[in-house]
Amino acid sequence: MTRPPHLDPRLVAVVALGGAVGTTARWAVSEWLGTSAAGWPTATFVVNVLGSFLLGVLLEALLRHGQESRRGRLVRLGAGTGVLGGFTTFSSLALEMERLIAADQVALSAAYGTLSVVLGLLACLAGVALGSRRVR
Amino acid sequence: MTVLLIAVFGGIGAASRFVVDGSVRTRWSRVFPLATLVVNVTGSFLIGLLNGAHLYHGLGSTWLVVAATGFCGGYTTFSTAMVETVRLIQAGELRRATANAVGSVLLCLGAAALGVALMAA
Repeated sequence: MTRPPHLDPRLVAVVALGGAVGTTARWAVSEWLGTSAAGWPTATFVVNVLGSFLLGVLLEALLRHGQESRRGRLVRLGAGTGVLGGFTTFSSLALEMERLIAADQVALSAAYGTLSVVLGLLACLAGVALGSRRVR
Repeated sequence: MTVLLIAVFGGIGAASRFVVDGSVRTRWSRVFPLATLVVNVTGSFLIGLLNGAHLYHGLGSTWLVVAATGFCGGYTTFSTAMVETVRLIQAGELRRATANAVGSVLLCLGAAALGVALMAA
């Protein structure tokens, strides 16, 4: 009997392990870049754009490999769903936008949300383009 | 010590995302990437509640960072939302791509604001 991946404890553990790594890396970036007292949430911004690029590269490269192997699935779930999924965050983005609005910085909040998505999409597109080149 | 808790809760968050995502996917087979949206909106609501609990009800900073940066951060994902939007663009589904990108930001913002407001009330 084959159960769906999300109900397979071993695969859930692989995602959890990757998520722990990605979350720690995101925390490290925020410690490194510091929390800007008032204004642009640099850490979340950098993490989200960089993570979108890397996930684009990874998923496209795996896709170009053709039929997914067991190993390919472990890489996709561990590094993709786990590490890069955990590295990037939508909840912090949303809360930071809300906090900026609460501080009467509506324009900055809108610019932050818009630029995150636009640069996130462009980075992801660039990643996909790079990922498609990796495999001959 | 806090770093270790952030890592553990991030892992639990990512695993929760995987399970919720899979559960939504088994019930939703349409083109629109609903599963990630559900994860991101619920995670944003939770981070709003947590921040509200911190601001108005004295939730300690350590637990806030562990639950918000750790769990909510690991649970929600920006990169997957971007990849799914790119896939929609590639498939020529420009309206769905726009709806996903803009809708995700607005719904997550609304969910976070609702979470904070509920705690302030």
